[in-house]
Amino acid sequence: MFETLSDRLTQVFSSLRGRGRLSPADVEATCREIRIALLEADVALPVVRQFIARVRERALGADVRQALNPAQQVIKIVNEELIEILGGEARRLRFAKVPPTVIMLAGLQGSGKTTLAAKLALWLRGQGNTPLLVAADLQRPNAVQQLQVLGERAGVPVFAPQPGSGIGDPIQVARDSLDEARHKLHNVVVIDTAGRLGVDAAMMNQAAAIRDAVDPDEILFVVDSMIGQDAVTTAQAFLDGVGFDGVVLTKLDGDARGGAALSVAQVTGRPIMFASAGEKLEDFDLFHPDRMASRILDLGDILTLIEQAERTFDQQQAAEMAGKLASGDGFTLEDFVVQLAMVRKLGPISNLLGMLPGAAQNRELLGQVSDKDLDRAAAIVNSMTVEERRNPKILNGSRRLRIANGSGVTVGEVNSLVVRFLEGQKMMRQMMGGGIPGMPGMPGMRRGQKAKGKKKGKGGGRPGGANRPGGVPAGKPAAIGPGGGSGALGGLTLGGPGLAGPGLAGPDGPGGLRGPGGSVLGLPPGLQRPGGDSAGGMAGFGGLGSDGGPRHRDDDDDDGDSDGQQLPPGLRGSSGRRGRGKKGR
Amino acid sequence: METLLIILGIVLVAVIAGGGALLAPRARRSGKAAQTGPMPGQGGTATAAPPSTRAPEAAAAPPGEVSAPPPVAEVPAAPTPTVEKPPPSAGRMVRLRSRLARSQSAFGSALLSLLSSGKLDDQTWDEIEEILITADMGAAPAAHLVERLRTEVKVAGTTDLTEVRALLRADLLEQVGADFDRTLHTAPHGDRPAVLLVVGVNGTGKTTTCGKLARVLIGDGRSVLLGAADTFRAAAADQLETWANRAGATVVRADRDGADPASVAFEAVSAGTVRGVDSVIVDTAGRLHTKAGLMDELGKIKRVIEKHATVDEVLLVLDATTGQNGLRQARVFAEAVDITGIVLTKLDGTAKGGIVIAVQRELGVPVKLVGLGEGPDDLAPFEPEAFVDALVG
Repeated sequence: MFETLSDRLTQVFSSLRGRGRLSPADVEATCREIRIALLEADVALPVVRQFIARVRERALGADVRQALNPAQQVIKIVNEELIEILGGEARRLRFAKVPPTVIMLAGLQGSGKTTLAAKLALWLRGQGNTPLLVAADLQRPNAVQQLQVLGERAGVPVFAPQPGSGIGDPIQVARDSLDEARHKLHNVVVIDTAGRLGVDAAMMNQAAAIRDAVDPDEILFVVDSMIGQDAVTTAQAFLDGVGFDGVVLTKLDGDARGGAALSVAQVTGRPIMFASAGEKLEDFDLFHPDRMASRILDLGDILTLIEQAERTFDQQQAAEMAGKLASGDGFTLEDFVVQLAMVRKLGPISNLLGMLPGAAQNRELLGQVSDKDLDRAAAIVNSMTVEERRNPKILNGSRRLRIANGSGVTVGEVNSLVVRFLEGQKMMRQMMGGGIPGMPGMPGMRRGQKAKGKKKGKGGGRPGGANRPGGVPAGKPAAIGPGGGSGALGGLTLGGPGLAGPGLAGPDGPGGLRGPGGSVLGLPPGLQRPGGDSAGGMAGFGGLGSDGGPRHRDDDDDDGDSDGQQLPPGLRGSSGRRGRGKKGR
Repeated sequence: METLLIILGIVLVAVIAGGGALLAPRARRSGKAAQTGPMPGQGGTATAAPPSTRAPEAAAAPPGEVSAPPPVAEVPAAPTPTVEKPPPSAGRMVRLRSRLARSQSAFGSALLSLLSSGKLDDQTWDEIEEILITADMGAAPAAHLVERLRTEVKVAGTTDLTEVRALLRADLLEQVGADFDRTLHTAPHGDRPAVLLVVGVNGTGKTTTCGKLARVLIGDGRSVLLGAADTFRAAAADQLETWANRAGATVVRADRDGADPASVAFEAVSAGTVRGVDSVIVDTAGRLHTKAGLMDELGKIKRVIEKHATVDEVLLVLDATTGQNGLRQARVFAEAVDITGIVLTKLDGTAKGGIVIAVQRELGVPVKLVGLGEGPDDLAPFEPEAFVDALVG
């Protein structure tokens, strides 16, 4: 199955490498693939057509000689175009000169308006405003109560003079709310309205009447990120019926690719202002066009993963985990269990893996890794004695049998876990440049030295060591820069064939997932191998050592593109650059 | 900064721990996943509206042209409001067909104008394909269908409009699957009630469907008990209760906020057995299929109900506006609770709900009901012929 655009394009271009320019025929083939990919991502057909036309124009003229491969070049173009449309004219909320600022929410039924109203109110409150929620959804049974409960949770007062469930006049409620806000000195009013269909003229008129009654400063169109081809029709209907100034995407925590975002942004020309991803009231943020573009193209969502990790772990925990990982030899089964627990805390493993770029093409495979396996592994380790955990080499037959009985698995499973662990330990050691000596080198990487093209895999780590500034205490985990890490991990990619795609995302796009993207690419091959046999499973990683190649050091930062020329995507120099940017966060 | 190492850690854990899964036969997802989001029923985060907010539970005339039930008077403790008898389910589709046609007309007429242009060249076929795509059928199924139709037309050697349309209709009908068993099992088993579990992602209309379904069943002369196992969303139980009061069903709900939904479901089924009702409909909280913890919770609800009853129907509520993601939703839900039927809601809008074709084909689970509006009686049995007829105009 070739699910992602990058896979498709790689397929199209498989015979094309080395040619300087895309022929019209190539471009046509490419456009067909892009079309299918976008349609699969639920981008509306008219938008797809327009979009393809633009991409075609750019691709025809594009010089692909510089690129790693033409597929990458085209994806870059596509990604940039996507970001441009999505990012359009990003802007902040407009506040009224004379308070209260009125924000009105509108959308289809079930798009998440009521929940979003509360989220928005909480967000506004966090910014030092004094919002007032207005329950103008008098249609759906008990929507008013829902808003009241949510308002209470968000610590925001709710104006709900009407009982709802079909009783009361929403227009009057909206009008009265302004007086209430002036009276009680609220500077922002958030009006939750009933869900309505674009074809329902009566309800659209009602929405327009509410609009006229309160003259909102912002009308936000709330749209479910799972919506399909209907997005365009609906958005247009709302634009004509009520008009709106901005769009809010909800339910982004699902796995919908969210092509609707593109459709709505393109058709209406209105910016997407907020994204809501989660059931908690805090799960609400400004919209990031670059991430959305990657999502539509199924390039993984590494930044979200990182944020999730940051939210879940505090600094110390993260440092601990990093330290354990980085310490090579010191990484014991005990640490492994701790780390496993931390990963579990981050969420279902399948979700986490799904967020890694390139996950889509290995979805089948990834789907087989479940939390149950993690639990089983934890059970096995927990059945070991302390000594065994620290030194798994002492595990003999009878110990293994005891562990197997203790954890309810077969001896074979214990064996394979131990084998995989030892391999993993070895891998860590290699990656960290031989443990302690390598450590101080990392700061060099962090400063943005790129995991340069010609050095592969761990080479990325080594050269860092070579040009270390020195003086950095060994074993300081924070010192490991993303650049170094990705270089190292990128090496893993070599283990697996046919991986060309996803990592290369938008090499020079603003916010791409490059650095980490390239790095995590290493995952799929690593996972593929075990399919064969457990020891072979590590072959992908084991390859690291041998693939390490000559360890160049290369300090200059520029033109990662030409450098990366003959390399698998994950290794492109640009990864380091991205890493550098990220460091600032 | 350490984040990259964290990612590395995830990968490492996955490889070391999960590696076994790649060797072992496919392990099904289960186990208590450590969920980052709030888990309904397991913490203080989940709340329902306090019971004191019951006062305004008076039902008013629903919108639309539906037989407007009179506003219900003050509802005291016992849910015995003035209930009008809902019309039976038979013949609903006929009444609602006009509404379906409204949503589909643009689609049908586009097809019509294409086919009536007289010539069937490549461009025409492409456009037919695109029309199917705009119905959310998905790129691959649409291409497949058009390819087939092309072959058939070639074989038949016809350019006759009506014939081509008949062929398209037959093909679509086959895609929609005319031969599925679409009956809803709502008959009680001896002394035990039939149990219907309603599941779906957030905002598809589960609670509304429960309410409408209760009305349908009551209209058909059954007694119905609703179980408010959505203990997560604010005021969800109240919403269900409002529906129940309108239809004359009883509701079993948690006595406190954020109760374990499985226990509420269990209580509902027990109460249904004791009271001797015919059908128990259990409403569940909306959950995104990507949240393993919540999907596990759903599995638990079903298992717990099965302690002393059989779950006759697990209905997946799917929003007609949903795009290609609908297939993934259905797949995950089918894996977690083994869905037996699909309810396609919000079909009265401009959305065509073409995704159900793919869902039906992939999972073999038929669409059993369609929601066609906000009125309390706008729920009808799914009829493939009507669906396709509306599609091809």
